[in-house]
Amino acid sequence: MKKLPVYLLLTAVGIVMLYPLLWLIGASFKSNDEIFSSVWFMPSSFDTDIYKNAWKTVTPYTMGHYFLNTFMIIIPKIFFSVISSVLVAYGFARFDFPFRRFFFALLLGGMLMPSLVTVMPMFMLWRELGFLDTYIPLTVPYLFASEGMFVFILVQFFKGVPKEFDEAARIDGCGSLKTLFFVLVPCIKPAIVSIAVFTFLWTMNDFLTPLIMIQSVEKYPLSLALRLSVDSTGQNYEQNKLIALSVIGLIPSVAVFAAAQKKFVSGITAGGLTG
Amino acid sequence: MNKKTYRNPVGVSRFTGLLLISPFIIGTAVFLVYPFVCSFLLGMTNYDGIRPPQFTGMDNYRNMLRDENFCKALGVTVKYAAILVPLKLLVSLITALLLNMEIRGIGIYRTAFYIPSILGSNLAVVIMWQYLFTSKGLVNQLLSLVGATPVSWYGDPDKALFMIVLLRLWEFGSTMIIFLTAIRSLPREYYEAAKVDGCGHIRAFFSITLPQLKSVIFVNLVLQTIAAFQEFNAPYMITGGGPLKSTYTIGMLIYDEMFRYNEQGYANAVSWVLFMLISGAVAVMYAIAALMRRDEE
Repeated sequence: MKKLPVYLLLTAVGIVMLYPLLWLIGASFKSNDEIFSSVWFMPSSFDTDIYKNAWKTVTPYTMGHYFLNTFMIIIPKIFFSVISSVLVAYGFARFDFPFRRFFFALLLGGMLMPSLVTVMPMFMLWRELGFLDTYIPLTVPYLFASEGMFVFILVQFFKGVPKEFDEAARIDGCGSLKTLFFVLVPCIKPAIVSIAVFTFLWTMNDFLTPLIMIQSVEKYPLSLALRLSVDSTGQNYEQNKLIALSVIGLIPSVAVFAAAQKKFVSGITAGGLTG
Repeated sequence: MNKKTYRNPVGVSRFTGLLLISPFIIGTAVFLVYPFVCSFLLGMTNYDGIRPPQFTGMDNYRNMLRDENFCKALGVTVKYAAILVPLKLLVSLITALLLNMEIRGIGIYRTAFYIPSILGSNLAVVIMWQYLFTSKGLVNQLLSLVGATPVSWYGDPDKALFMIVLLRLWEFGSTMIIFLTAIRSLPREYYEAAKVDGCGHIRAFFSITLPQLKSVIFVNLVLQTIAAFQEFNAPYMITGGGPLKSTYTIGMLIYDEMFRYNEQGYANAVSWVLFMLISGAVAVMYAIAALMRRDEE
């Protein structure tokens, strides 16, 4: 019973954390009046037409179109990011080479670079190259292990795998790459899952980069489509439609988190990855 | 000259490692060093995105000091970071300590506390926040339920900034997880020995836990400071920088100068100042951490 106050406190914090999300889901079924007059999340009635209407959006495209756009960015990004980070981390963790320390310091230093500093010159570079309004600026940088945090985490994981594994593989005639893919990668699966999940979540959350790089509504990812709906939703307009869109916008992140939760918790905890 | 030897497995050249990390080298050159240098050079021009840039030396930096918007944004950003970062670290640390107690259902609590942070800057969350804090929104409804006077979150400059602080505070889960992991990895023997010596929970926290968490606190401090200095999404979507520019962060200023006023030279100069600010803050924290370590020895 000594722990009762702790439970009460934790539960109170838990309610503060989750109630807003619960309220958001409930509010998507409520009328304007009900949204602003009741603190209870349960709507008085469930009207699924709201979602049908919201799905159509205010643009010529449906939400399905924007989902597709988002996945056209996310899927290559995950592939690029996982492959390049694994190769680079393998190099740092298992090989000795000229300027190794310098490059590793550069990797750590790069994590401190504010993206606001680099995003502007990158915008100009992509403009010169004629790649603005394509998904190239959003995906191609990930071919080059541009997320230093991921490399850092993988290096930690590689170091946890005994070097005898590599040696045994080498004696059996495996080259460096074969050793990596058949021996080491299976050992660091949780870290790879974490990287994939975080690439997914961060892309869903990214707003500034697509805002700058993508101009045509046809190519908008979810985040920009949502912003467009905010801009065109007036004060007295059906607020529930916009709220329904937000709920739809949150579903992929929550679903991916829920699906991967068990596997990737060990990944976060080992590397100290942040959301 | 001594030839350096590279410790690699037999038959592996010293260039294998370089080859493996070559994507990183190319990536750093193109996506980090190039924009960084470019930003510095453009910051010394009057580039407007159309006419070829002209070199203007330190003019942009001098103008910054006279630019009311910049001074205001600088103040707002520093104030925002100064309120948010200590608060977030404190809440994360306390929650991590509570979660570290042997309680049943810890997994559920951990997940519940973590979910907001994975949603991060997701626009949907930002929209949700906007609704929660409108004049008749959930927060004000709750305030009137307990008898407090509703707050004009969008009208009062101090309250508006605090509303954004609250959003980021709500997302403390990732910071907490880092603390929790570190606390869990502390050796149990210390606590058992302390217990034998008659040391209470609170004393154990200050004499055992806290000193060993120093490096993790430092990591979280650095990560959160960098993030706070770059705040853009929330003020951009929730308050638009208002009221009276009370939530107008440097991030918003850079965006506006760049894309609304086409002052690209000036925008780059400001982004460079932001970089210097962040590295300065990190350097100061690092120096303090190093001093504290030396004092102990």
